[in-house]
Amino acid sequence: MSVEFTAMHMSDGIVNAPTSVLFGAIAVVALAVCVWRARTELDERTVPLAGLVAAFIFAVQMINFPILPGVSGHLLGGALAAILVGPYTGALCIAIVLVVQSLLFADGGVTALGTNITNMALIGVAVGYSTAVGLYTLARRRHLDGSVPALGVIGFVSALVGTVCASMGFVIEYAIGGAAATSLGTVVAYLLGTHVLIGIGEGLITAVTVMAVVRSRPDLVYLLRRSRTGAGVAA
Amino acid sequence: MTAGDARGRRFWAGFGVAILVIAGVVSYFASSNPDGLDSATLQGCQVVQTSHGEQLTGSCIAQHAKQHAMAASPLADYALGGHGDTGGLAGIIGAAFVLLIAGGAFWLIARSRSSKS
Repeated sequence: MSVEFTAMHMSDGIVNAPTSVLFGAIAVVALAVCVWRARTELDERTVPLAGLVAAFIFAVQMINFPILPGVSGHLLGGALAAILVGPYTGALCIAIVLVVQSLLFADGGVTALGTNITNMALIGVAVGYSTAVGLYTLARRRHLDGSVPALGVIGFVSALVGTVCASMGFVIEYAIGGAAATSLGTVVAYLLGTHVLIGIGEGLITAVTVMAVVRSRPDLVYLLRRSRTGAGVAA
Repeated sequence: MTAGDARGRRFWAGFGVAILVIAGVVSYFASSNPDGLDSATLQGCQVVQTSHGEQLTGSCIAQHAKQHAMAASPLADYALGGHGDTGGLAGIIGAAFVLLIAGGAFWLIARSRSSKS
């Protein structure tokens, strides 16, 4: 028997065609804005990190970890990418991963790219990053912003919150154009339960990775850079 | 970039090795159970093993999922040409591909800024 490799996102046909088109359009517009705004986050010094973060998220998304008997989860990566390379660049990292997974690895539907990008690259990054910025501001007030463990905690919480909210993106899409008869309440309850557990795994991976990068190259970490220059981009 | 060069090189090398090991080796230990979203779409169905592979009985979201448009891709399902034990290599190829596309795109974006200012 062969080993199965899966990351698993939404497949084609889960929501109807108009809904797919709607979220496809949202994704295209949002990613265009990200390309525009990523210019404020990227320079020659940070491009290598941004490229490696995208490749890292692709690799880690292959690792499905068990959360319940018969159920697994994997990293989404929104908070991780945003903390390390900035929210706009981070959203582009996740979107590139999703496009490569869908077109090359048949993982995540092609017509579902709009919904998958909306959930993981837009909602996951926006919520994860906003949470991280809020917590970092609190940490600074208590003079904990130089503490590596404090940044680990920030990574953990923002990843957990971002993951749960990303899964609620699916609920919105299913409510608008879901193609099947499972009740919305059942879907919400099941997704919340599983994604709190997945979020804990996501939080641990995010915390370990953020702490490792902060320890060796704090100068490259966007969350720290943005406040140092005082010219943070309003997210 | 002078004094910290060795340290800098260690950082980049470490990051690259981590990606290779995760995609190429750790991926073999990944769970093949459906993830949280997939299992939500399976609520209400039973997965039955038949001679034609897995079939779904009952009523659930996953029954509406279509065959993937790229199912014929040489890398489909993280396997080279359908060989299930090549997932590590497929993962490394994928990570390298993502690095190339993302790195290229980000380099162009960064360059567009410097040419403007």
